[in-house]
Amino acid sequence: MTMNIRSIARILLAALFVAGLSACGPIEPWVKPYERDKLADPIMALDADAVSTSYIQHVYESREGARGGEGGAGGGCGCN
Amino acid sequence: MAVRVALAAAAAVTKERLMILRRLYLSVFLLAFAGFAFAGVLPEDRADVLYHLYDGGGVEIDGPSILVRKKVGKSVSLVGNYYIDMVTSASIDVVTTASPYTEERKQWSLGADYLRGNTTMRVNYTSSEESDYDAATYSFSVSQDMFGDLTTLTLGYALGDDLVRRSDDPLFERDLDKQMYSIGVTQILTKNLISTLNFETITDEGYLNNPYRSVRYADSGSALGYSFEPELYPNTRTSNSVGLRARYYLPYRAAIEGEYRYFIDTWDIEGHTGSLTYIHPWRDFTFTGKFRYHNQTGAHFYSDLFSRSEATNFRGRDKELSALTSYTVKLKAAYELLSDDGNDWGFIKKASVSASLHLLHVDYDNFSDLTALQPIGSEPLYQLDADIFQIFFSFWY
Repeated sequence: MTMNIRSIARILLAALFVAGLSACGPIEPWVKPYERDKLADPIMALDADAVSTSYIQHVYESREGARGGEGGAGGGCGCN
Repeated sequence: MAVRVALAAAAAVTKERLMILRRLYLSVFLLAFAGFAFAGVLPEDRADVLYHLYDGGGVEIDGPSILVRKKVGKSVSLVGNYYIDMVTSASIDVVTTASPYTEERKQWSLGADYLRGNTTMRVNYTSSEESDYDAATYSFSVSQDMFGDLTTLTLGYALGDDLVRRSDDPLFERDLDKQMYSIGVTQILTKNLISTLNFETITDEGYLNNPYRSVRYADSGSALGYSFEPELYPNTRTSNSVGLRARYYLPYRAAIEGEYRYFIDTWDIEGHTGSLTYIHPWRDFTFTGKFRYHNQTGAHFYSDLFSRSEATNFRGRDKELSALTSYTVKLKAAYELLSDDGNDWGFIKKASVSASLHLLHVDYDNFSDLTALQPIGSEPLYQLDADIFQIFFSFWY
């Protein structure tokens, strides 16, 4: 049983090593540029309206104790 | 890749020609519609004119925000923003311990994006001024597109230099310094799925409490059974937050987005925020519906009622530092006034108008509504309802 666990551990380590080596090689983009038409649709824009998003983030930061982690630029708060 | 293309060409020349034509067609399509987040592309030239209104809990804040972005040459994009808050406040804090007031906050910012190869560098300066609070923020970030533009890595740093004053004491001035470090990865996962992971650490050092706000403590000598004294916060705060968003293009032309954020800080506030968004275009309209949920624990020095005066080293009764749960429903409609089909309005190529309403509800777990005038200890918990309205016109040129 112990041998089996050791064998599995060795195989896993070898697999990780090989995976690590392959990570050093060039990575082929798995979504080609010509396959990104849906991602380029305006409905897929993660921050389509920066002026509106920054305003509502400011409101949440003023009304809740949490902040950050949402991406996008910060700014002066003046929440006094 | 070259070997594969050669083999394909040898096997089926016609198929290869069709593929090239398809690539050309889609490249034109992408150039026409892309512009936001893909690699090595500067943001579009665009102007937004926004009006915002916040109405809730006795506070009304409204004003305009104008944002203009314009490319200069092929590798630089400049951006400027001017924003005003006009505040009329008779909030629960103000009603119970101070007097209603009106004030104005003006904020402006200038920034530049510089694109070089697959690297975009951004600098930004933001200034915010109130009668009793000045804030200046300097930020810098660099983004690198990698792996065939499937991955964008962004590193950011910002420095905030704030000055806190009191309107009733011209000699009162305190400094507050902020530093923000962020790292983010935007990743295209499949043809229909894009995600972004952001980590941000913010440190504050200086005068962190509100100079007007008070805490409540039990006082048998008072007719109400309690009295007030000024807040006293720690001089430092460090917070960490990690947020994950993923947006998926549905089998029909619509998108769905999920978002989660975990937050924790040295004041013992721990928060979980989640949201679900649905975006559905219909003819010249785009409709958006969103539900957001936020839950947090309270700060370790927060108390709704302290046992006595100066009971602890640090003390606060800011309701935003209480344990709370908030719910927001967002409804938004955007209408395309001018589509990007060649029929321009002078130099304007595309235009839209958008209106949104956020309905915010907050349940405080440990913040009593003192306006109810109930015996001490039996006051109802406070609840906040706020309507947040925005309307904005956007122009692309």
